[in-house]
Formats: sequence, C-alpha cells, structure tokens
Amino acid sequence: MSPEEKGVGERIRSARAKSLRGRAYWKSLEELAGDPVVEEMLRREFPEQASVLDDPRGRREFLTLMGASLALAGLAGCTRQPEERIVPYVKTPEDAVPGRPLFFATAVLDGGYAKGVLVESHLGRPTKIEGNPDHPASLGATDARGQAELLQLYDPDRAQTLTYLGEIRPWGSFLASMKSALDAQRPRRGSGMRLLTETVTSPTLAAQIKAFLADFPSAKWHQWEPAGRDAARAGAVLAFGQPVETSYRLDAADVILCLDADFVSEGPANLRCIREFTSRRKLEGGKKEMNRLYAVECTPTLAGALADHRLPLRPSELEDFARAVAAGVGAAVDAGAAFGPGSPHGAWAATLVKDLLAHAGSSVVIPGEHQPPAVHALAHAANAKLGGVGRTVIYTAPVEASPVDQLASLRELASDMDGGAVSLLVILGGNPVFTAPADLDFAAKLDKVPLRVHLGLHAEETAERCHWQIPQAHSLETWSDARAFDGTVTLVQPLIDPLYPSAKSAHEVLAAFSSRPERSGYDLLREHWSAQALGADFEKAWRRALHDGTVAGLPAPASMTPGVRAGDWAHPPDRPRAAGLEVAFRPDPTVHDGRYADNGWLQELPKPLTKLTWDNAALMGPETGRGLGVSIERDSLGSHTDVVEIRLGGRSLRAPAWIVPGHPEGSITLHFGYGRRRAGRVGTGVGFDAYALRTGDGRWWAAGAEARKTGERYRMACTQDHWSMEGRHLVRAASLGEYDERPAFAKEMGEVPPRSLTLYPSYRYEGHAWAMSIDLNSCVGCNACMAACQAENNVPVVGKDQVGRGREMHWIRIDRYYEGDPAKPETLETYHQPVPCMQCENAPCEVVCPVAATVHSDEGLNDQVYNRCVGTRYCSNNCPYKVRRFNFFLYQDWDTPTFKLMRNPDVTVRSRGVMEKCTYCVQRINRARIDARNEGRPLRDGGIKTACQQACPGEAIVFGDLNDPQSRVSRLKAEPRDYALLAELNTRPRTTYLAAVRNPNPEMPRG
Amino acid sequence: MADAADPGLARDATPAPPRREELVGPGHDFASVTEKISSIVLQRRTPWGWFVGFAIAFALLQGMLLAVGYLLFVGIGVWGVTIPIGWGMDIINFVWWIGIGHAGTLISAILLLLRQGWRTSINRFAEAMTLFAVACAAFYPVFHTGRPWLAYWLFPYPNTMGLWPNFRSPLIWDVFAVSTYGTVSLLFWFVGLVPDLATLRDRARSKPWKILYGILAMGWRGSARHWHNYDTAYLLLAGLATPLVVSVHTVVSFDFAIGIIPGWHATIFPPYFVAGAIYAGFAMVLTIAIPLRKFYALEDFITMRHLENMAKVMLATGLIVAYGYMMEAFMAWYSADTYERFAIWNRMTGPYWKMYWALILCNVVAPNTLWVKNLRTSVPYLFFMSLVVSVGMWLERFVIIVTSLHRDFLPSSWGIYRGTFFDWSAFIGTLGLFSTLLFLFVRFLPAISIFEMRTILPGAEVEEEHP
Repeated sequence: MSPEEKGVGERIRSARAKSLRGRAYWKSLEELAGDPVVEEMLRREFPEQASVLDDPRGRREFLTLMGASLALAGLAGCTRQPEERIVPYVKTPEDAVPGRPLFFATAVLDGGYAKGVLVESHLGRPTKIEGNPDHPASLGATDARGQAELLQLYDPDRAQTLTYLGEIRPWGSFLASMKSALDAQRPRRGSGMRLLTETVTSPTLAAQIKAFLADFPSAKWHQWEPAGRDAARAGAVLAFGQPVETSYRLDAADVILCLDADFVSEGPANLRCIREFTSRRKLEGGKKEMNRLYAVECTPTLAGALADHRLPLRPSELEDFARAVAAGVGAAVDAGAAFGPGSPHGAWAATLVKDLLAHAGSSVVIPGEHQPPAVHALAHAANAKLGGVGRTVIYTAPVEASPVDQLASLRELASDMDGGAVSLLVILGGNPVFTAPADLDFAAKLDKVPLRVHLGLHAEETAERCHWQIPQAHSLETWSDARAFDGTVTLVQPLIDPLYPSAKSAHEVLAAFSSRPERSGYDLLREHWSAQALGADFEKAWRRALHDGTVAGLPAPASMTPGVRAGDWAHPPDRPRAAGLEVAFRPDPTVHDGRYADNGWLQELPKPLTKLTWDNAALMGPETGRGLGVSIERDSLGSHTDVVEIRLGGRSLRAPAWIVPGHPEGSITLHFGYGRRRAGRVGTGVGFDAYALRTGDGRWWAAGAEARKTGERYRMACTQDHWSMEGRHLVRAASLGEYDERPAFAKEMGEVPPRSLTLYPSYRYEGHAWAMSIDLNSCVGCNACMAACQAENNVPVVGKDQVGRGREMHWIRIDRYYEGDPAKPETLETYHQPVPCMQCENAPCEVVCPVAATVHSDEGLNDQVYNRCVGTRYCSNNCPYKVRRFNFFLYQDWDTPTFKLMRNPDVTVRSRGVMEKCTYCVQRINRARIDARNEGRPLRDGGIKTACQQACPGEAIVFGDLNDPQSRVSRLKAEPRDYALLAELNTRPRTTYLAAVRNPNPEMPRG
Repeated sequence: MADAADPGLARDATPAPPRREELVGPGHDFASVTEKISSIVLQRRTPWGWFVGFAIAFALLQGMLLAVGYLLFVGIGVWGVTIPIGWGMDIINFVWWIGIGHAGTLISAILLLLRQGWRTSINRFAEAMTLFAVACAAFYPVFHTGRPWLAYWLFPYPNTMGLWPNFRSPLIWDVFAVSTYGTVSLLFWFVGLVPDLATLRDRARSKPWKILYGILAMGWRGSARHWHNYDTAYLLLAGLATPLVVSVHTVVSFDFAIGIIPGWHATIFPPYFVAGAIYAGFAMVLTIAIPLRKFYALEDFITMRHLENMAKVMLATGLIVAYGYMMEAFMAWYSADTYERFAIWNRMTGPYWKMYWALILCNVVAPNTLWVKNLRTSVPYLFFMSLVVSVGMWLERFVIIVTSLHRDFLPSSWGIYRGTFFDWSAFIGTLGLFSTLLFLFVRFLPAISIFEMRTILPGAEVEEEHP
C-alpha cells in the first residue's frame, strides 16, 4: 500500500468516525458491510465501479466531481478539495460483491402511512423497490406509486440547495435565522409559531412535535393532506363518538359492498385489501366458491371494475343509497324513499340487502374515503348489524399521531395567518399553496406571514412563496420511521446519502427548533427508540427491526368494539336537491394529489380505466357527453376532444372532456393533482388544475355546476381508446354458475390448431421451459406491474407527444375492455388483461427478422438481441399481440447524471433505432441460475419472480418452469380455465391466461 | 398481333407497309432516324424547358437530401410510422417504385421474346425508367430501418460476428430479388446501349464526348461478329430477365403474404402484385412517353399505336388487379375468419374508407374506360389515365399496408397512421431523384434505340434469297 493510499484509507476511517460522531453503531463486519451509507461512501471513495467509461466528461472533470462527491459522502467541514486517486477497494466490505445487489428493508409513505418495501441496492445505488413480504401493508407487493418513488428520488428537478429568497445559503445561516426567530418567540411562548405538516404517523416526528409544543405551548401544529381521510375520521366520530381506525379483513368476507370505496387504489391498506380480496377469487384446484362484490360508485373505479354488480350513482344519491342499505340490514336509520320499493334501483338495493343479510357475519360494507361522514356512520351502523365487527371489520385506535379534522385545522391556520397572528410558519412537506381549498385563498394569506419556511422535495408553488426553501431528503435518503394502517412501525433507513448535500429530513428541520439543532436524523431516531421498551437488548432489537422492516415487540394498537351512537346522521338531511351537474373530485390515479407530477413514470402510466396519459380530464358518461356535444376523434397524433368550461360556485375551469362508460350521468369527475405551475420539467403546465374548483365544503363533490362546450379542441394521449373487444374472445369470462357447469368454458371459446399440423418435428425443450400464467380473476388492473417493469427494465419515458402517436414503450400493458351496453351502465362489465410478451413457441416475429435479431432460446424465451437489431420493425408488424416497442428516437436520457445512478445495471439501456420488448426478466432468470449453480442445487420453483409478478398485489402473475410438472405455473396451466390469447393463430404462447369468473347474484334483476 | 407482319428483330417478315407505318412515321430512312435521335443528344441546343425541368427535379432531390439528413440525425420517428403501423409511406413507396420498375423489364425482355416489334421505340427509356425506379425503391429499405448505417447486415457477407442473415425472412428475399433485378436490368440496358453509344461516339463533335462515349461503347465497330455476339447476349439476358418480371414482385408480395396480419396473409398476393406492377409500370411509361414525344417531336417514332398498345396492356392488367380485389374480399368472407372479415370490412368502412374507394375508382372503374377506342387513342386522356393509375397503385399499397396494420387482432392496440412532412418530403424527393435521372438520361443518352429503330424501317427489309 503506497503512502497515498494509506492516507486515503485513514481519511475514510476518520471521515466515517466523524460522520458517526463517535458512536460505534455497527457491531460487526456484517452490519458495516450492510450499511448503505458506509457502502455508498466507500463506493464513492474508491470509484472502481464509478462509471468512468460511460461518463462523457474528461478525467480531469471526473476527478473534480469525485472530490465533490467525497464531500457529499460525509466529510463534514472539509472545504478544501481533497486530492483523489482512483484505487480499488483496499479491503472490500463483506457482502459487497460488484454485480450482486443487496436488499434493505424500509418503507415508502402513502398519505403519511407506511408501506413496507425492500429496496435493491447495487453498490450503494438504490435501483428498485420491492414490497416487503413481512410488512402487513405490503405483503410483498407494491403499487405503482411505490415503484415510482425511485424516480422521485432520482428526479433531476428536485430541490438541490437550501435557499433564502432564492439565494443559496448554508445550513448554519438557516439555523441562525431560526434561532433569532425562536428567541423572539420564546417570551410569547411561541404564540406566533405554526407548524404545518401532512398526515404524521411517524412516532419520532410526533415525539419531536410534542416536545416542540411543550417548549412553545402557544404554538400550533396543523395538518393538511389534500387527499386525506377526514371523512372517515369524522364518520367514526359521528358513529362512535371517537376517532377510530377502520380496516377490513376481506379474506373473511363473502359479500362486500363498496359504497364508492376504491379499496384497490386508495387507502393505506390497499395492497393488503387486494391480496385478501383476490385470495377469495382464486379458483385453483377445482374450487367453486368466490366472494361477491357489489360496488355503488360515483365515478368508475377499479373496485367497480372488479365488481360482480356495479351501480353508478350521482354523488348526491349515494348517501340515500347507504341509508337504504343500512336501514335494510336493520340499523336504526331512516330508510328514505329514494331506493325503496318501486324506485328505479329499488330492486337492486333490495337484492343486495338480502345478500348482505344472508351472509351476516361474513359480509361487509365499505364506505369510500371521499364520501361524507354520514355515509361512514351509516356503514358503521350497517356493519354492526351485519355482525362483521371483529371479523370483517376491525376497529383500532387511530394510527395517526394526531387524528384531527385537517380541513378545520387548515382553516384555522388560514384565519390566523390572515389575522396576523402568525409570525413564523414552518411547512414540513406538502404543497398547500397548490392543494389548499380554493375558497381559502391560502396563498394570499400565506404572504402575510413574516417568516415562512418550507421543506419540500421540490421547489414548488409553496416554496416560491416562502423565504426559506429547504430541500427535503427523500425517504430513501433519510432515517425516519412511520406506521402502517394497523400500527406496525417501520424504521425508514437510508439507501444512499442525500444526493444533494443540503437536503434535510423533517426530523432534522424540526431539530432546528429545539435546543439541540445539530442532531442528525439517525441520532434523533435512535434517541427516540432507545427510550422505548423494545426488549432487553436494544441494539439487537434495533438491528432486527432494520433487517425485518418492522419493529417487533411494540404493543399492537388496541382492538375496539365501539358502540354505534344515534345521531342526526341517521336521518336524511333536509336539504334541497341542487339542480345542474354534480362534480366529484378525486385524487388522480397516477400523480395522486399532485406530488408525483414531476414523475415521468407516473405521468406516462395510463390511468387504469381511461388509459389517458399526461393529462387529467373532465370524466363524464356517454349521455352527459352527448348532451354537451362532446366528440372524440382519434388521429395519428392522439385523441382530440372538446374542451368544456365548468362553472361551479362562481369559479370556472376549462378542461378537456372525456367519455367514460359506466360513469353516472349528470355528473362529472375531476381528478386533482394536475395543472401544476412549478413542477419541474416534467410536470409543469401539464393538465388542468381541478383544485381551482375544489372548496373546503365541496372537497369531494359539489352540486349545481354548469358545463358548456367551448369549441376549443384538445389533444390527449390515450393508449387505448377502443372500448370493445369487437366480439373477439380476448378476455374470456363466465359467471360462477357457467363455470361450474362447464369448467373448460374458456377453452371452448376458441379453437387451438393441433400440434400435428406441421411437417416439422416439435422442438424439445430439454432444460427449463419458462412460462407465465396470468389470472384474469385476480388482476385488479392497478398498474403496479407496469411501473415495476419500467423500473426493472430501464424502460424510457417518451412524453405526451410520442404517446399520442402510439409510441409508448411499456413492456407490459393492461388492456381494458368493456362488455355490455354503455346506455345501461348497470350491465357494463369491465375487464383488465395484462399483456406482456407472450414468448410464443411459434413466434411470428422470429421468422421475419432479416438479421436474426430476435431468436428463440432453448428455454423457450423469445430473445431480442439489441445490438443486432437494425430496426426494420417487421417483427412488430407481424406480432399479433403488438407487444413490441420501438425506439423511434433516442428515448433514453443518456446525459442526466442521476438517471445513470438509477438504472438497473443488469439490463441494457437501449439506443435509438432498435426494437425492444418484455424478456420475462431474463436478468432475474440468469441471476437465479448462477446462484443455483454456485450452490450446487437445482432452480427452485418460485425462486425466480419477474418484476411484474413481484409487484402484483393480487398475485395474478405466476412465472415458472413448464418442464417441472410440480411447478405452480404448470399446475395453473393444467387448470380448466387456462387459455391462450389468439391461440387460433398457432403461435403457441408461453404466456397464458386463466379466464375470469364473475360471481353475479342470480337473483339480481337484469338490465 | 400478327408476328408475320412485324419485322422486328427477327427480320423474317413479309412486307406489310400499313402496319409498319404505325410504328414509324412516314418518310424516314436510316439517316433521318439516326440524325433525329442522336441530334437530341449531340447537336440540338438544349431547350430551355429541359433546364427548367431539371432545375425543379434537382431542387426536389436536394429537399430529399435535407429531409433524409434530418432523419439520420434524429431518428426514424420523424416519419409517421408507429406501433402498430410499423410500416407506412416508406414501404408503400418502396413497393410503388418497384412496381413501376416492372414495365421496363417486361418491355425489354418478354416483348422481345414474344417478338413484339412495337417495343422498339419505347424499350430504351422504359429500361432507364426501370433502373431509376429501382434506385428510388432501394432508398427506402435502407433508410426505413432504425439504424440505416447497419442496413448492410442484410447482406450475407463474411463477417467477424460469424452471422448469416435470417434466410427465412422475406426481407432477405427482397434483398436478393431487388438487387438481382437491378443488376440484370442495368446489364440489359447497357448492352442494348452499346451500338448506340458507338453511333454517338462516331457522331460526337467534341473530343471529350468522343472519348467518353468511346469508352462506354467498348470498342463496338459494328462487325458481323459483333452483331452476332450482341444478338446472342441480348437474347440470353432477355431470357434471364424474364423470370425476374414475375419473381421480383412475387417476392415483394411475400413481405406481406408471409406475415400473419389479416389483410396480408393471402395466397393471391403474388399474381395480383405482379399484375399490379405491370399495370403501374405501363402507366409510368405513358406518363414519360407522352411528354417526351411531344417535346422532342418524336411522334414519328412513338406513334399512336404504341400508346394504344400500352393502354391495352393497362386495361388487361387492370382487370387482373380488379379480380384480385374481388377475390380478396370474397376469400375474406368465405374464410369465415373473424379477423379477415373484419380487415376487409374495415378497409371499406373504417377510418380509411376514402382511400379504399378512391383506389377502387382508380384501379377498377377508371381502366374500364379504355375499352372505348376513342378514349384509348386520345393522347391527353391517356396521359390523364396514366396519372390516375399511378395514384391508384399508390393507394393500393397504402390500403394493403396501413389498413391491415392499423387494426389487427387486439383492439387495444389499434392506431391511426398518417404520413408526416418528412414522409412526404422523402417521397417527393424520390420523385425528384427519378426525374433528375430521367432528365440527365434524355440529355446524354439516346432515349430511343437508334439501331433498333433502323431495323423496323422499310429499308431494313431484305429480300430473302431463295436458292
């Protein structure tokens, strides 16, 4: 070792020691090796793996950058640029094998609640998020937003520096500024100080806030989550007199009624709900029993698409319906007349009630989070009568640190600001300037606060109006903690040092308002948890918690059986029915409340039902659309639709109209989260801002709207504008009765050419024969597979213009088809069909490629050889499934540095002019193969999971070896429901489907 | 047509002056024919019209170079192709140009073997047109690829990768078919030119042109031995080229017929494509011949009989094509295959119904007017018809390629295609390339075969000596 090298080694050790502040928090080499911070630091220090070859910059600049990244890696206080030498690891950390990823358990937040994840790390770079099978809110699955958190981390438009009025300032300067503000507040007991957060479940943050409020008793803490669960909270208070966390055990439910509740897409337990729901829809091994789902909804949702019976109702009608159901099952409420006998849907409601009662004890009514508190109370009352409490409905103490009425909380803050009572406002996350109700005039009131601090991942609309903008460290960069829907605590551990050194977590910012502002997130977290009774050996418990992703040994939140109290809610409100259109407001299915607007993966992810990308739209039923004169035309650039102007309560909004079959007539759905004014390169100016019409009282729906066609046309990028299957047997479905009668109904719906219909002998697959089975009964259409595939396979984002032209690049897509009569929405059935590459044994693409760039492997994979492809596109033309994707331009961003860190190193980054498609995640197959070979064992069934399969909350996708008759995929393919898409073409696809079976109530009146 | 009445190459005809006069205007002898044709190249002042035409054609060609330069720079996405319509105007134009190229070979080879004397005055520029059309066609397979700089991988050349192309792919068959066709056409054309090049060499006044034409004439002196070898070579090449007339467009049709896309996967494609190609080719010959004979006063050599014969060929092939359309629709119905039925129905009533019915108008209805002799012998009408047929054949390729691809098996993946500015500029650019080459050809080479024209003059008739 040369002296210089030794010097470097010494420096690292001292740097490490410094950054750890003397605490020897690793006890063993294993932990040292496993710690991503250390690993990342080492990686940067010894840039053996740093991609020098990929880097277009010169070596000189490279060295400069390395210096900068060393400072990043934790050499605090080192202002002189250190000399750098490129040397390999002097001593490789244990477990750090280049090319072999490590996984760390942590959590991503959804509405403040934790969803446990395992993050794949390649030499210190997080590259993929997977669900944590041990976490109750994940069970191994993720949703699309969970997948997209990765891009959120690497978003090049993130706030990168700490600024005061737009000028870059050091952290010390912020601390000094806060210190003087605090000193001024101290005599006033903090009466001018306000804290605004999103929903908080983090025990540590809650404790910090509590300590802060103890220091400054007159200060106030406000919370605002634009897509929050106020109604559920208020509903529980109405029914029980106390806030209660409600969760559902759908695996125990035989009959489920969703009252505008989309358990697939929303809520902190949606992944678990999907898993439990689909567990009762799996018909393997001759099972003939299924649960039954009724959905009554104000806007088409994925839960409605799954339903065996679906009834669209206008938002104003839903409460009456809930009342009718609650009264019908025996709750002491006024039934009302709207859904009584003789009313248009009276028979429907009566049949439903009968079914609920017939399954008392195993039936459940789920109220939607966007429904008013009364509907929640009615559902609670119904569930109490149905005997589901404790079985299908679980009540526990609230998980939130402070379950307050957030709207009231925000209103109070606004009036305090308006009244000049606020002199220091600290906004920890969230974007209230954009998301606050329109009638609050939050921005103008905010401007009256003399000192405004904003912590945010992006320098967005709120940051623009704040003095201090602190770049927020992403949850994959920080130490934190959070609770899941059932109270389970997950320690959030960083996978990488903050990409931008001035990034801080909420804990660290809040620490600035304490007496010890220097504490790091890690210190704060350890401090909090070491004070909790985690068991005899804290270190052991801590390490176990970090390893498992859940903190064991905490008391579970108490299960409750609160009694339903009578109240006004039991009687129909005495309000006149407003004339005009009704408007329902919903968070966007992909960009949510707007926080993901700068996320290209989510922008380009087709909305589950409309298949729109890069835009939101005013959704309406066909009849309403016709009434407004809306016409949609498809041309080569996209789908052109009419812009309508919607007037509501003196506000107006122009939005493109979009027709959705099954949408209740006389009502319009607006998704908020779009129309961001400052959302980086990707999200700025995309879509329209539905918050402009969303008031505090009309947060979820409002009546009395007017709409008119403006005459303006607007281009939308829709990936599937065709509704019908054209009478083709693409998605094959039957009712449970039909299935019982003819289990092989799906096979009978198509003709498969005999294998003997060829002159050539069949190819024998000697080793493995990879295959996939997709259960259409378990697919809920949630898009998680698409997002997971995009992350795993370095699939590029192409932008709205290219999507409009039909050039989206997703390797797996979800086709959505409607069956039934759009004019009779109760009869409408919605089906989802995930379509990856079918990996045909008789692949039409392979024959026609002139340069043999797409060839068959001896395991049955249809391999695409990127560097051989010249791009004739013949293969795509000849692919009956149209799963091939072509790089018409250089779609990959080869220049943005953060994207280089993000990409999966096991998957080629494609250049322009080549065809690409689903590979069955061949990199995962090969990794498993190498592991098995090294360990001298055969590949295990289930040992290889494709990215789509791993993410799927419904476990609809199963991958495995067809040559192993005991493998799960072989068994699924032996099911009578198994069928191949377009099998009549004799393509012999390896991907096959299990036909959908619905469980309609035979007593339900038809049509 | 009576062979006996036709002197042609066979030179065994009995005199039949009236018919012969239809092939050559009255009052011509060897000298006047030679003088008239060679003077276009050698003596007459280049008319201003040539300069104007050439300038326009050349400008269009430059436009194409710009458009293609941009394409190479940013990618094939500047064209309208997309998923599911992976081929658009690139392949439409490729097939269209290749089809046009067919008339040349047909006139040169098949009519030669069938001893159709009327081919003589039109074969030279028809062959030239073939070559230029093949050049235009060849542009597309190269530049329509995602990575044109690697398009040479389609050739089976020895390489360090140790890889052959995929011989199962119709695109590879295309490579062979089109390159063979181009080569044979070039040879045929050049061999036919050699005696005329010698004439030009002998008549050229300036030294450089003498040398140039001399080199190209390859030492032709017109000896009996030369003529003997020439005749043998020309017949052999004609024999070689004849199967190509059928094979090239058959292979091109395989690009579609081998595919499994409804609307493509049909056994009728080879004959119907070949007929369509001849149909389009004769239309293009007319499109060129009519202005050519007008501007260079060649009405004596390209007579109404030539035009009428070509119109008859167009009528005949047009009817075959119409039969093809009928059979396509019938077989789609008769197959009872959902996808095939839908494909045809979608052509007729889907988003591209206008294209389909315009195609029927151009290729089924319009050619039937040629049954009428008055129309068949009207030069303006024939010119108009030739353009109608060219448009119709372009539409045919559009309908086959785009309407089949845009709505295939899975409705989820349906799309709409439209050519972009760059599609059109590439297409107009190839028209520019084609006309540029034509203008150069007319200016520097004899557009009508001088020596062959002499053989059909009355003076060429030799009384057979009966021993």
